[in-house]
Amino acid sequence: MNHEAFESLYRVLGRDFSNAGKVSTSIKDTLKRLGINPAVVRRVAIVSYEAEMNIVMYAYRGTVLLKVTQDEVTLQVEDEGPGIPDIELAMQEGFSTATPEMREMGFGAGMGLPNIKKNSDEFEIKSEVGRGTRLFIRIRQV
Amino acid sequence: MANPASSKSLTLADVRDLLEAEVLNGNDLSIKVETIGAADLLSDVLATSKPGTLLLTGLVSAQVIRTAIITDLCGVVFVRGKRPTEDIISLARESNIPVLATKLRMFEAAGRLYKAISEIQ
Repeated sequence: MNHEAFESLYRVLGRDFSNAGKVSTSIKDTLKRLGINPAVVRRVAIVSYEAEMNIVMYAYRGTVLLKVTQDEVTLQVEDEGPGIPDIELAMQEGFSTATPEMREMGFGAGMGLPNIKKNSDEFEIKSEVGRGTRLFIRIRQV
Repeated sequence: MANPASSKSLTLADVRDLLEAEVLNGNDLSIKVETIGAADLLSDVLATSKPGTLLLTGLVSAQVIRTAIITDLCGVVFVRGKRPTEDIISLARESNIPVLATKLRMFEAAGRLYKAISEIQ
C-alpha cells in the first residue's frame, strides 16, 4: 500500500431514512480514491453501512470516525440513543427490536451487528442504556 | 482475441431479453453477470452476496440502490411489476447501477435465469 494517512469524521442523523447510506457511500468513494484494495474497501463499506443504518434506525444522532493508515482502516462509531441493554443478546443472529417500518425497508432482521463482527478483524462494542452505543472496528489491509 | 469464457456467461442484455424487462437505467448492457441472487431482505444481501452479483428483488426503496453500491452488485432487477420512483432511478443513474424492471414474479424470473445459466455452462 502506498497512500497517505487519512482521517475524516462523518455525522449521521437518526430517523433520516432518505439520507441513510450516504455516509457509507462517501466512505467507500474515499477509500477507492486512496487506492485501497477492493476487497478491503468492500468490507469497510459493508461494516460502515450496517453501523450507519443502526444509527438511523435506533439512535437520535451519531458520528463515524474513519481513520486510514498504511496498514489498517478503523471506524469509531458513536451514537446518542437508547443503548443496548443486553449486548450478548443483540449479537445473536436473528435477535431484533426492529419496527415494521424498518423491516419494510429490508432491514431489522437482527443481522447487522453479527455482520459487522464477521467483516471486522477486531470488533468492540460498548453500550450504556439511556446514553448510547460505541463501536470500534479494525480492518487490516495486509 | 476473444475470451473463450465470455460465451459462457449471461450479459445484462440477455437478462433483459429473458425477463422481458424494461431497462430503467444502464447504457452498457454488455456487462457480464457473474452470479445472481434473489432477496427481499437487504440484510441478507449485505451478509451473503458476492461482488458482481445481479440482485432480483421485490423490495423498492433507495436502500436497494445504496446496498448495490456498497456491495458492488452488477445490477438490480425489480420483479413483480414493481416500479421504483424517479428519485430511486436518478440515484441509480448517478451511481452507475444498472436497473431493470420485469412484470414476472420472483420465482419465474429466477427460474428463467437459472435455466439459461445451466444451459450455457
